[in-house]
Amino acid sequence: MNGETFLKDKVLPIGTMVLAIIAIWYLAAVFLNAPFERDQAERAGTTISFSEILPRTMAQERPVLPAPHQVFTELWDTTVGKSITSKRSLVYHSWITLSSTLLGFLMGTVLGVALAVGIVHFQTLDRSLMPWIITSQTIPILAIAPMIIVVLNAVGISGLLPKATISMYLSFFPIAVGMTKGLRSPEVMHLDLMRTYSASASQTFWKLRLPAAVPFLVTSMKVAISIALVGAIVGELPTGAVAGLGARLLAGSYYGQTVQIWSALLMAAALAGILVSLVDVIGSRVNRRMGVKPA
Amino acid sequence: MPETVISAQNLDLTFETNDGPVHALKDITLDIAEGEFVSLIGPSGCGKTTLLRVIADLEQPTGGTVSINGMTPEQARLARAYGYVFQQAALLPWRTIEDNVALPLEVMGLDSATRQSRIKSNLELVNLAGFEKKFPWQLSGGMQQRASIARALAVEPDMLLMDEPFGALDEIVRDHLNEQLLKLWAKTKKTVVFVTHSIPEAVFLSTKIVVMSPRPGRIHEIIDCDLGADRPLDIRETPEFLKIAHQVREGLKAGHSYDE
Ligand SMILES: Nc1ncnc2c1ncn2[C@@H]1O[C@H](COP(=O)(O)OP(=O)(O)OP(=O)(O)O)[C@@H](O)[C@H]1O
Ligand SMILES: [Mg+2]
Repeated sequence: MNGETFLKDKVLPIGTMVLAIIAIWYLAAVFLNAPFERDQAERAGTTISFSEILPRTMAQERPVLPAPHQVFTELWDTTVGKSITSKRSLVYHSWITLSSTLLGFLMGTVLGVALAVGIVHFQTLDRSLMPWIITSQTIPILAIAPMIIVVLNAVGISGLLPKATISMYLSFFPIAVGMTKGLRSPEVMHLDLMRTYSASASQTFWKLRLPAAVPFLVTSMKVAISIALVGAIVGELPTGAVAGLGARLLAGSYYGQTVQIWSALLMAAALAGILVSLVDVIGSRVNRRMGVKPA
Repeated sequence: MPETVISAQNLDLTFETNDGPVHALKDITLDIAEGEFVSLIGPSGCGKTTLLRVIADLEQPTGGTVSINGMTPEQARLARAYGYVFQQAALLPWRTIEDNVALPLEVMGLDSATRQSRIKSNLELVNLAGFEKKFPWQLSGGMQQRASIARALAVEPDMLLMDEPFGALDEIVRDHLNEQLLKLWAKTKKTVVFVTHSIPEAVFLSTKIVVMSPRPGRIHEIIDCDLGADRPLDIRETPEFLKIAHQVREGLKAGHSYDE
């Protein structure tokens, strides 16, 4: 791809979308924050014109919807403007959340792959485990998260691991489902081929099933890593955690710090985007190494 | 008299399907001697693939017996007595051509040096030298099929079972591969069982043509066909060739009308 088409194919459409979103965001901020200004004026017994309201809707301390520049200023101040070891640094909080996301994602991937391998090789496991795996995901994570934290705390496990466990709880599911599908994806003909070589089950696994499952694994890892992040944030909510993006969200909502909430939200979204693209890049590297035809 | 390597006695196979039983093979009795090139020909659904799969232990007969060099099909499979070529090339898309040929050799646990030499010689045999590092999608259909033949040969089996290996290819490529296969067979003297839909292909390649008829799949006629060791493609215009081709065509017709 040369520079010009890169501009046309990527920068232009994405840039247009970003601009549109920011414009809508400003409009919504004005619309949602204006009633507060009118109330204030009414209470003070004065009337206020729209041209006076407009600038104020974008500079409230606790707006219903903070204006984009307020959020970006807050983001700037709490990332670049603070030492990363400071409790007020968003980088510090992001790192807390990121570390439990990655640990949980790793555990979830290992668990998911292990379950898939079992399910594909033992019919009894397929029958007995699959319903439980599916049921596990129908329980709202918000209901189960506090219990996981409390139970683990009771046995003396606290800190990173309980949050990572919640990430694992969410992320093993797409991995298990995707990997099961992937391990079952080889064509009958290829399985017959291995049979004509009188290949053992483990040879068939390593040489046929596993490589065939890799694209499926990559796809499900993309889903898994973003929900692992959700899990880590949710895991920070019920614990009264003092650090992490979840803690920032919670503290923000206690004190009506909407600017803080929104900057934590944006940070979480950016983090999710980075993580997913990272998996994507690694995934396409692996695919290319495995000779997948470039699109 | 060469030794019998494949011997099928009163083979029967009925598939139980949701729409009721399908009688795929009925009372198949067939002896194939060492070094023979036997073609199975017949209309679609007459059980050619099924018969080949029974010989390869990919399908279990519901009656009768097969023996391969005095072994059961399963023992023969475990002893890697045959190489099987499927109708599609069945190459693993994530492996390069050389790694695809290496697959059975890895399964067999051969050391790297032996693998390399077998890959090299067999890819040369099917005219694919220079394509070792390519992935299957970078090759034409004919080249892929040749790679899959190289893969089957690399096992160095005594027997080749080939299920319409050239079915999906155009006439020119097919002629070319037929010539190559014939040379290969003349050189290695392997026993070949070859499924085809094409009368000229069967007559050109075979020492024996088994004409099958459908519903239930059975052997209609076995036609001997030996046009001598040296067979250029032009042989297909000679009277001897046309006579055998005619005989096969008549056999196919008779087997078919039996059904209507
Ligand atoms: N696994 C199976 N289950 C049920 N029926 C089958 C199965 N395999 C084959 N059959 C049936 O057995 C019969 C013979 O099939 P087979 O594939 O051997 O035919 P064929 O001669 O190879 O045909 P073609 O020339 O089209 O490849 C067909 O009626 C087919 O529907
Ligand atoms: Mg067939």
